[in-house]
Amino acid sequence: MFRSQNRGNSQPRWLFSFVIVVIFFLSVLPLGRLAMTGFSSLFDGGARALLSDPVVWQAVYDTLTTSFLGMIAAVILGGGFALLLTLFNVRGKTALGFLFMLPTMIPPQVTALSWIGMTGPSSALLKAIGLAPPMGSPQPLYSIGGIALLYGVQNAPLVFLSLRAGLLALPRDGVEAARLSGASSWQVLKDIILPLSLPGFVAGAAIAFVSCVGNFGIPAILGIPASIYTLPTLIYTKFAAFGPGTFADVSLLSGLIAILSVIGLTVEERVLRGRDYRVIGLSGQVAMFKLGHWRLLGELVLWLAIFITLVMPLTALVASSLAPAYGVPLNASTATLDAYREVLFKQTITRTAFFNSVTLSLTTAIGLLVVTVLTGYYLVRSKSRLAPVLSALAEIPYALPGIVLAVALILVFAAPIPIIGISIYGTIWIILVAYFSSFFAVSLKPVVSAFRQLDPSLEEAARLSGAGFGRRLIDIVVPLVAPAAGASVILVFLIACNELTVSAILWSAGTQTLGVAIYNLDDSGSFNLAAALSVLVVIMVIAMMLVLELMAKRLPKGVVPWRS
Amino acid sequence: MAKLILNRLSKTFETGGRPAVNDVSLEVRDGGFLALLGPSGCGKTTVLRMIAGFEQPTDGSILLGDRVLADASEMVAPEHRNMAMVFQSYALWPHMSVADNVGYPLKVRGISGEKRAKKVKEALNAVRLEAYADRRPADLSGGQRQRVALARCLVTEPDVVLLDEPLANLDRHLRQEMEETFREFHARSGATMIYVTHDQAEAMALATDVAVMSEGKLLQVASPQEIYARPEGRLVGGLVGQGAILKWPAAPLPNRLVDWEMLQQSLSHTNGQDCADILVRPQDVEIAAEGMLATVTSVLFEGERYALKLALGDEQNLRAFSRQPVQVGDKVSIIIRSAWRL
Repeated sequence: MFRSQNRGNSQPRWLFSFVIVVIFFLSVLPLGRLAMTGFSSLFDGGARALLSDPVVWQAVYDTLTTSFLGMIAAVILGGGFALLLTLFNVRGKTALGFLFMLPTMIPPQVTALSWIGMTGPSSALLKAIGLAPPMGSPQPLYSIGGIALLYGVQNAPLVFLSLRAGLLALPRDGVEAARLSGASSWQVLKDIILPLSLPGFVAGAAIAFVSCVGNFGIPAILGIPASIYTLPTLIYTKFAAFGPGTFADVSLLSGLIAILSVIGLTVEERVLRGRDYRVIGLSGQVAMFKLGHWRLLGELVLWLAIFITLVMPLTALVASSLAPAYGVPLNASTATLDAYREVLFKQTITRTAFFNSVTLSLTTAIGLLVVTVLTGYYLVRSKSRLAPVLSALAEIPYALPGIVLAVALILVFAAPIPIIGISIYGTIWIILVAYFSSFFAVSLKPVVSAFRQLDPSLEEAARLSGAGFGRRLIDIVVPLVAPAAGASVILVFLIACNELTVSAILWSAGTQTLGVAIYNLDDSGSFNLAAALSVLVVIMVIAMMLVLELMAKRLPKGVVPWRS
Repeated sequence: MAKLILNRLSKTFETGGRPAVNDVSLEVRDGGFLALLGPSGCGKTTVLRMIAGFEQPTDGSILLGDRVLADASEMVAPEHRNMAMVFQSYALWPHMSVADNVGYPLKVRGISGEKRAKKVKEALNAVRLEAYADRRPADLSGGQRQRVALARCLVTEPDVVLLDEPLANLDRHLRQEMEETFREFHARSGATMIYVTHDQAEAMALATDVAVMSEGKLLQVASPQEIYARPEGRLVGGLVGQGAILKWPAAPLPNRLVDWEMLQQSLSHTNGQDCADILVRPQDVEIAAEGMLATVTSVLFEGERYALKLALGDEQNLRAFSRQPVQVGDKVSIIIRSAWRL
């Protein structure tokens, strides 16, 4: 029976085994190993020792407080922005939307650095305009509130996207019917729009919460100097002070993060159940409310938000990178490009980091594409009941915070690989494996949406023309999904290049990535070098986002994450 | 080439429910043009997709001559069947030019250079699209795309050509033109053709044989003339021609083709028990004196005549034509010249 079913399908027999093997190694094996270690240490003495350690509970408490406050900030900022931008007739919507989405693609450690450059006594920017607080006064961002604020800025775009998708799907006729029933604009907003967009709010808040719980870059830079530890930074310090119980401890801590994330993701899944984003985007493109003479004020508020959350921190970052040394005032005569010269041409560490990040990201993006084209093809075409399960398994590693996956991979690869007897722990290969696992879902999503849009008869016609599986793939399927495949490569490259969480745990001498290099430069006090490297990274991010933006018209809906 | 045989073919989808195709047996002679006719959801497209090899039968078998193409355990992949298909959506590859689309089956078979170019040119000539060889499918009209799809079928001399509601997306005028093209194509290629449609006029006009399906079952296979004149059962009778089906006292109806005299006789001998379904076509209903009374319930002016709907005394409905104008509500006297017992 099994054999005959495969014959009837368009897929060759090996495809199913291929997909199973891929999903097993990228998702089931690492997460299963993590769960195993977690459970086994729960039942021996190590767990009791760890769980009775007040430091752990303080970290849990701090993680929850910062994440919760960060979520609130993200909801206020992202929700307000989405409501204003989507429902009202403000001008420059595309530009505002694009700029607002930028922070989420900027690596969190860069966000943290740029905000440090904007505040505190050593801010080059504040010094240049003479507003810096006196030397010795504390940096206000090294606090629970500071971490939460930056979480909010970083994750507001997630709330924005979720809510905006919901708002764009609102039935316009429902709003018009309420108008005809005599409701005022305010009543329509209060009675119709807000209740209907509540799921978008809740889902956005839930994703923002999960993203805060797993964030490493922001608490690493803002928290560690003030001895505030969240769960991810606690794991990091446990690894730094490596001891016999480390594996058991970190697997339990990652388990805690995973549990918090799963709670958040479950909430999101519940409220969004049955909502299909692919059909969205036809209705509601036109502004629903006219602001009249309030419009200018609305636009001012939006641009002010962009200015404070994006322009000012980035200006501060540029200023810090141009300052000759940390704390030296910046003006036309002291400004120097030395820091750029240093990171680009002199320091071997940063040059290695550039090389590592670019090679790793390119290999991941292109290698994953080969895997995801085959996997996506199977997931969309297969009628098997297993397909949705495999699909969900493929999503998990990206949905969970990167630190959980990094710990899981260390557990898998700490010992030499069976049979071949080679250990990849501490080499660049373990980072590559982690990237494959972590960004599998990122690469898969555009490809799957493109396959979904592909009329199956195009392939059937090729079959009747006599083309076998490989031939069809090369002649028909791949050319037709090419734009989405291109977007997938750029997206994975963009995210992998900026990633810190995974490589912070997995790097060792010679295998540092850009994220790690920025963090280490800041950690060792070379703030201006860290800032210069960050500026280069931000330029790269913006350039790639612009490329995707230009491609967006040719891509299936939902491929470019900041467009809805 | 050889005849195509469907032998007790059945298909049940994994999603369960009743079988999509249920015990269908059919022979299509070599070079025949068979129309699979039925309402949507009757299983005709599933039959076509099984012949193409996109679905595997759960029971029964498909043979081309003495070669088994598919049964419940084995099947020849579509790419090895030497068949061609015109899809409802045409399925032209948007990234290839018209000539590349048409030449693709040859490319896959390893035919290249002069020989391929010549064959592609011939095929495009046959559908009168030689001037469009370098265009993209997106630059063509619906009818032109249809003809490209047809040329792609023509190019490899397939054993069987399958057509899945190919005219469904075209307007009325283009349909007539394409019907002509299909007939021409059939005559020229000599291929066995199977044509799926829900439009009985299309089926009658094109095919040498018509197979009527409903709810997964094959009801009748015959020539268009035969199907029209001698339909089997209520479903086929209702599907072919615009006839109305009446319940009529059955006892003394000896023949299946009955005239007014016989109908009247059976009315007078009625015992109110046995009834038969009879099919009455509108052209056989005559408005004439000394017939039975009927009330006009709707009148539609069609230009050369009026199309009427009539209600008989016992609430049964009938269709008729009239050359004279009549009003809704008029009582008319009618004679049924001829009827067919289903």
